[in-house]
Amino acid sequence: MQERTYEKYFRQNRLPHIWCPGCGNGTVMKAIVEAVEKRKLPRDKTVIVSGIGCSSRASGYMDFDTLHTAHGRAIPFATGIKLANPELNVIVITGDGDCTAIGGNHFIHGARRNIDLTVVLFNNAIYGMTGGQASPMTPLHKKATTAPYGSVDRPFDACQLASAAGASYVARSTAFHVQHLTDMIAEGISVEGFSFIEAVVQCPTAYGRKNKMPEPAQMMAWLRDHAVLQKAWDKLPEEKRSDKFPIGVFLKRQFEEYTKAYAEVIASAQGGKK
Amino acid sequence: MDTEIFLKSERCKGCGICVAFCPKKVLQLDTLGHCSVVRPDDCIACGQCELRCPDYAIFVDKKVYA
Ligand SMILES: Cc1ncc(C[n+]2csc(CCOP(=O)(O)OP(=O)(O)O)c2C)c(N)n1
Ligand code: SF4
Ligand code: SF4
Ligand code: SF4
Repeated sequence: MQERTYEKYFRQNRLPHIWCPGCGNGTVMKAIVEAVEKRKLPRDKTVIVSGIGCSSRASGYMDFDTLHTAHGRAIPFATGIKLANPELNVIVITGDGDCTAIGGNHFIHGARRNIDLTVVLFNNAIYGMTGGQASPMTPLHKKATTAPYGSVDRPFDACQLASAAGASYVARSTAFHVQHLTDMIAEGISVEGFSFIEAVVQCPTAYGRKNKMPEPAQMMAWLRDHAVLQKAWDKLPEEKRSDKFPIGVFLKRQFEEYTKAYAEVIASAQGGKK
Repeated sequence: MDTEIFLKSERCKGCGICVAFCPKKVLQLDTLGHCSVVRPDDCIACGQCELRCPDYAIFVDKKVYA
């Protein structure tokens, strides 16, 4: 058998990964390295930064310079790396809890600054690692250990949040739409500025079992049947949208990138001193 | 069709995703809960199993004759 080219981006002695049978995280991790390969990013100029959670474990399997940081703090660490060496390609891996609960402020301010990071949010709609507590992205009426009768908290739409906060690129895909997901990430990598990609993933263990979808394949079929490509979504009447959600590129715009703006400040401050 | 299916069984966690998405019922979980190839001749090399396996445990190539 011809060894697959993406295998070189994994720390082989760390596989198999720790994720549950059928967990979608493995699929998204592969999509990221395939996007890296597609964009021909040199491995020694690419840094992977993650927070804390099942999803954030991904950095441990990826053969780059990697940083597994504190819960919610991946974006601040990544900001430091990018500012210290703007030549680096910095990819952030985060979960829905990591990014929108404890790390919510870091997330919106990263977008506001428009720093050139590619942030991939693995959205399993729950706190997986700690046993299934509701996150700010748990859908309304879905169950969690902290919401045994269904969540009454309205969920964040992280894509809308990133857009409103000032991101340069915002997209969504799922662990079912593997090639589409890879394309969404690859495009985010090429955009200069804050790129945000939400990858909806199946978590059969913490989310599925609580919500009558314990089988991984069942959850993937749900993703297939409920994700709607942006163009079709725009034509879909309101009453047919109910539990469906759009995927695709929602936003792409140009705005001055943060490390560039900062370099100008440094240049003029140093110039002024002489 | 002439195809070859490779398994890295040490990676397989028996999640059943490949079994569920194979359009030709080529795959099944064995008694130990690992993926196994039961109807190799029916494989059409569509690549669904490889694409969807979250553990990179199954690979499909078209057979090459030397
Ligand atoms: C400061 C801090 N608070 C709380 C925790 C406990 N904790 C670990 S992971 C996690 C939530 C993970 O959820 P999410 O980010 O959605 O990732 P998932 O595990 O679902 O991939 C929490 C609350 C922690 N590690 N550090
Ligand atoms: S708890 Fe959920 S997110 Fe965590 S590894 Fe298991 S299936 Fe994946
Ligand atoms: S999808 Fe992969 S891990 Fe799951 S049963 Fe098939 S080969 Fe095993
Ligand atoms: S390549 Fe297609 S037909 Fe062959 S085993 Fe995989 S899913 Fe089944």
